[in-house]
Amino acid sequence: MNSFEYASPRSEQEAVELLSAHDGQTAVLAGGTDLFNLLRAGCIAPKRVVDIKNVETMQGVSAVSGGIMLGALTTLDEILVHPLLRDYGSLVQVADAVHSIQIQAMGTIGGDLCHLPNCWYYRNGYGLLGLEHGQSLVEEGRNEFHAVFGNRGPAKFVSASRFAPALIAWGATARIVGPEPEQVSVVPLEYFFVTPKSAEQGVTVLKPGQILTHVVLPEAREEIVSASYEVLQMEGLDWPLASAGVRLEIVDDVVREARVVLGHVAPTPWVSLDAAATLVGNVVDVQSAEAAGGAAVARATPLSENGYKVQIARTAVKRAILRAAGQLEGALT
Amino acid sequence: MAERKFSWPARSETTLIGKDIPRIDGVAKASGQAKYTADINTKGTLFAVLLTCPYAAAKVKSIDLEPARKMPGVKSVFPFKKEKDEIRWEGDLVAAVAAERTEQAEDAVKAIVVEYEQLPFFVDEADVKRAAFADRTKGAGGAKKGDVEAALKTAAVVHRGHYGIATISHMCLEPHGSHCGWKDDDLEAHLSTQNVSGTPGQFAEPLGIDAANVTVVSDYEGGGFGSKFAVGEWGVACAKMAKEAGRPVRLMLDRATELKIAGTRPSGYADVTVAADADGTVVAWDSLHWGTAGIGGGGVAVGQMPYPFDFPNRSTAQIGISCNTGPNQAWRAPPHPQLCAMTQTALDDLAAKLNMDSYDFFKKNLQFTQFGKAEVYAAEMEIAAKAIDWKKKWHPRGEGEKGAVKRGLGMALHTWGGGAGACTCSVKVHPDGSVETFLGSQDIGTGTRTIIAITLAETFGLAVEDIKVNLGSSKYSRSDGSGGSITVGGVSGAHRRAAQTALWQIFDKVAEKHKIESADALVARGGKILNGKKEVCTWKQACSLLGVKPLEVQGEGPKKDGLTSERVGGVQMVDLSVDTETGLVRIHKFVAVQDCGLILDELTARSQVLGALIMGISYSLSEERIMDNKTGRYINADLENYKLPRIGDVGELVAIMYQPDSEYDKGVVGLGEPPVISPGAAISNAVANACGVRVPILPLTPKRVLDALKGGKA
Amino acid sequence: MRDTSSVSNENQARSGPGFNRRDFLKGSSVAVAATAIATGAEDSIAQDKKAANVVAAKPAPVKLNINGKTQTVTVEPRVTLIDVLRNDLNLTGAKEVCTTTNCGSCTVIIDGKPVYSCARTAVECQGKKITTVEGLGDGKNVDEVVKCFVKHDATQCGFCTPGFVVATRAFLNTKPNASLDEMRKGLGGNICRCGTYDGVAHAALECAAGKKGGK
Repeated sequence: MNSFEYASPRSEQEAVELLSAHDGQTAVLAGGTDLFNLLRAGCIAPKRVVDIKNVETMQGVSAVSGGIMLGALTTLDEILVHPLLRDYGSLVQVADAVHSIQIQAMGTIGGDLCHLPNCWYYRNGYGLLGLEHGQSLVEEGRNEFHAVFGNRGPAKFVSASRFAPALIAWGATARIVGPEPEQVSVVPLEYFFVTPKSAEQGVTVLKPGQILTHVVLPEAREEIVSASYEVLQMEGLDWPLASAGVRLEIVDDVVREARVVLGHVAPTPWVSLDAAATLVGNVVDVQSAEAAGGAAVARATPLSENGYKVQIARTAVKRAILRAAGQLEGALT
Repeated sequence: MAERKFSWPARSETTLIGKDIPRIDGVAKASGQAKYTADINTKGTLFAVLLTCPYAAAKVKSIDLEPARKMPGVKSVFPFKKEKDEIRWEGDLVAAVAAERTEQAEDAVKAIVVEYEQLPFFVDEADVKRAAFADRTKGAGGAKKGDVEAALKTAAVVHRGHYGIATISHMCLEPHGSHCGWKDDDLEAHLSTQNVSGTPGQFAEPLGIDAANVTVVSDYEGGGFGSKFAVGEWGVACAKMAKEAGRPVRLMLDRATELKIAGTRPSGYADVTVAADADGTVVAWDSLHWGTAGIGGGGVAVGQMPYPFDFPNRSTAQIGISCNTGPNQAWRAPPHPQLCAMTQTALDDLAAKLNMDSYDFFKKNLQFTQFGKAEVYAAEMEIAAKAIDWKKKWHPRGEGEKGAVKRGLGMALHTWGGGAGACTCSVKVHPDGSVETFLGSQDIGTGTRTIIAITLAETFGLAVEDIKVNLGSSKYSRSDGSGGSITVGGVSGAHRRAAQTALWQIFDKVAEKHKIESADALVARGGKILNGKKEVCTWKQACSLLGVKPLEVQGEGPKKDGLTSERVGGVQMVDLSVDTETGLVRIHKFVAVQDCGLILDELTARSQVLGALIMGISYSLSEERIMDNKTGRYINADLENYKLPRIGDVGELVAIMYQPDSEYDKGVVGLGEPPVISPGAAISNAVANACGVRVPILPLTPKRVLDALKGGKA
Repeated sequence: MRDTSSVSNENQARSGPGFNRRDFLKGSSVAVAATAIATGAEDSIAQDKKAANVVAAKPAPVKLNINGKTQTVTVEPRVTLIDVLRNDLNLTGAKEVCTTTNCGSCTVIIDGKPVYSCARTAVECQGKKITTVEGLGDGKNVDEVVKCFVKHDATQCGFCTPGFVVATRAFLNTKPNASLDEMRKGLGGNICRCGTYDGVAHAALECAAGKKGGK
């Protein structure tokens, strides 16, 4: 870990100003569940670490006009029990699947959304794109955990965010502050993530001096159901091999609107309009869920070692849909 | 006076032996008071950080340590490599820095300038063809018996298959390392070791001092599993830096380095042909093996294939692959887990081809098991089958549930020596009745302290709390290192002998004082000396007859007096599910039936079995070293990607200790390693039974399971 | 990113750097009143407080409340809590094993919550109540969790055990009546290499049941 300054702002504006120093060679510290890993591995070497944990306005869950607002510092254990989130099943399921009370207590929703890739080439010092002498190490290397979609460009890692699929399926938006202290922008969460063409681009739209302050969810209504399904090799703390978040509007047993988003399969969360389209106008059952799963992965482009992830992604979609409709239990045996 | 013979008490008369006795150092460990090597922090301690090589093969073109020496807080810089030295695996040590603070040492390590010339490397241990093409293969022996060719021709059923088991790392939670401090010319080394008595000389020789000037201390050791017998070059470096700095130095390997260079278990891959008569009797075995133990080639020693069977016709051959990977070390019951995984999976496939219930097939072939354990296996199979409800739950391979999640059963069996190791102990009975012992052994987590206390307390009729066990210092009398499951026999035999000898002397004094005709009529029980059922005096009163000096008796072993023995067996059966849509395997119930002669402490004995099952689940389902062919690096050398099971990953575990009187009468036999042998084959067989397809290579990750189900490569 | 050609690269480019709120509000059907969630009151004080809130990248005194005792160490901002506990204060019950927030050996309780102390700097823990394994129990008797761990032999080499004990204590403080299944989920943030999970599960279960039954 390199030597760095430590700053502890009390407001969003102060945070932004503190982050803008040192030509933006700064890093945000929230839950700390990954920052120290990046620092220790030398993936980042900021001159200043800005600890945003004490920014009051970024804490907690509250009701706002037309929906629910989550401060970026909302922790996983808050999400698990918050009464306002009871109707957002897909979110609670993700928090519940993080099988570590420590990560649940420390980890924040903002940290999850800004989490840098777990790609082992990146973590071992080959840069975000996993390059050696300008060549991709991933392409013919150990790519069993890498992307099966959106991997034709130089980025072949998978987005690490566990909450993004559920949030994007819900149509969440991200509120961003900075780089000017007063500058506020709001983007649909789907567009918060980017597939970098170069290592410097990062994995989100955030520029130096910008922070994600809030995530806003539209209202939950009675006819809307949601679910997540993460395929985790280990029961204990682990990262999904693939996941899916779905949000369905069901009226008289028929799906009127559907959103299907895959996680850990592409450099960004992966919205599947094809899967959603197969569902609309149909009743949710094993057949329609299976069809949606098939549609979701029909255009996958697996690498040399990760063909199996296509099958896992298909299953995640199918099971998330069945889970949303309360039909998962009976479908497995 | 009747002849006094060393023996264990009659089974019906034990008060402690065979009961559930909590370990005597349990509170110290659970409350954080126990001090491991990594915790030693004496005044003035400097902290060392390592510089390791990121290349699998390289030559050091130049190395400049000077910038590090100039960094703040730095007190010593140690070069492991010099100009022109060659590096043959990633993670090899290049230099170390000791500084006032860890972060200062880290900064200084970054300041070291090394120029490497990268050299060609080879790390693909699973691909024997590529290895041959790269000129990395070497014949590594084999064995033949009978006429395999002829037997194959006349056999009713022949099965051919490919099997394998990946390299794993020992991955000790407390990494290898030491805390070294000098007092004039005397070195005191706290060493994370399973070999207290055997390590002073390993420090002394390279340091150019007498072994008598070295004290190795290891009060607690955070896991070794066979990899902590040597001081290692890092241990010697630690002592040298402490000397140079004139201050104590603590040098523990960092996590990645621990995984890369501190110990791995060799991989094994095999093409197997196995054949049987129509009734399931195996008639022939033929296997060609390859794998790696690192740069030296080697691999899994296959001398005992097929394990643990001696079929009438068999032939094995082994090819060693020289890989630029970290050195291997003995790993629990070497190399039995790999042999078992490569034998009993192939046998189970043969059973499936014969349309036989695996249970019946294994039972039929028990006749070929070695070491005369066939009857014990048969009894253990029966117990295990009952515990897991084999007869009711078993179904022909792949013919279970119709849905995505399919259940299956699998079994395997194993054997191990576990004879007593060498041990010398010095037992003192003080005139006030207190008892202590000194020995240069170690408690690596198996409960050695506790079984010593049980042995002494049982003999003297005391409670375990009344016994003080002093171990973990090389200044105490010599004991073997803890490897091969030899410690329990070694220390319990020696202590029983010492304690009985001491007790007889005390009885003689009691008999004399209380005018009892035969000292042999006396017994020590409940803190009292009894003559028949009549109390003669208390233990304390008896000890006061010793005068002012303690009674000190040396205990030795092993001896052929029946206190200890060797050769254990075990049978394991597992009930699990395979999710055929995700490739996930989940253990429901895992039953181990294990014999180990006389059991001193049922509680810690069961713990050894349960722990072995969990480690078995680990190497069967998730943990493996992943080498990257592009960079030559151990790419998953961290606990995020080197996947170990957690508390929710192990299912219901059942350890049944098989101990009929015939086992009790055998005396004590080692237990630590054997139950870790069978899980690979048992789990793989259950997965095959569940999903109808053999997943050939362990660990059975979702990728391998799905690839196998797809009929593709795995 | 989307998987259909109807959404072109152009759209994706729009979400890259430079994409701002006005573009979004114009082009999107999701209307979020950005102003409603904007906060602005603190703006003016930011400038003044900024300097005071920056700790220089050099050693400085850090005051920590550990096990009810205030201790001061002089460390750089990058120094982690686990380093301070083990190397500066000789509180070595918490172990440093993975250094990648995976294994739980370094678990301590901070303001009532279980935390990996390898992922906290010492400086950020000022003003918080830190409890390490050494601080469990009432000073005279060891914690009930420790007793249950010993009884069920939930320790072998013991290196992971203090981390497990603290995690179990924190878990039971929140969920005193936890079931075995909840335990197996909650304690998934700790790793044991020797394989003591069965003992840990039974120890934790007994502690939970003990509370429930008022034993």
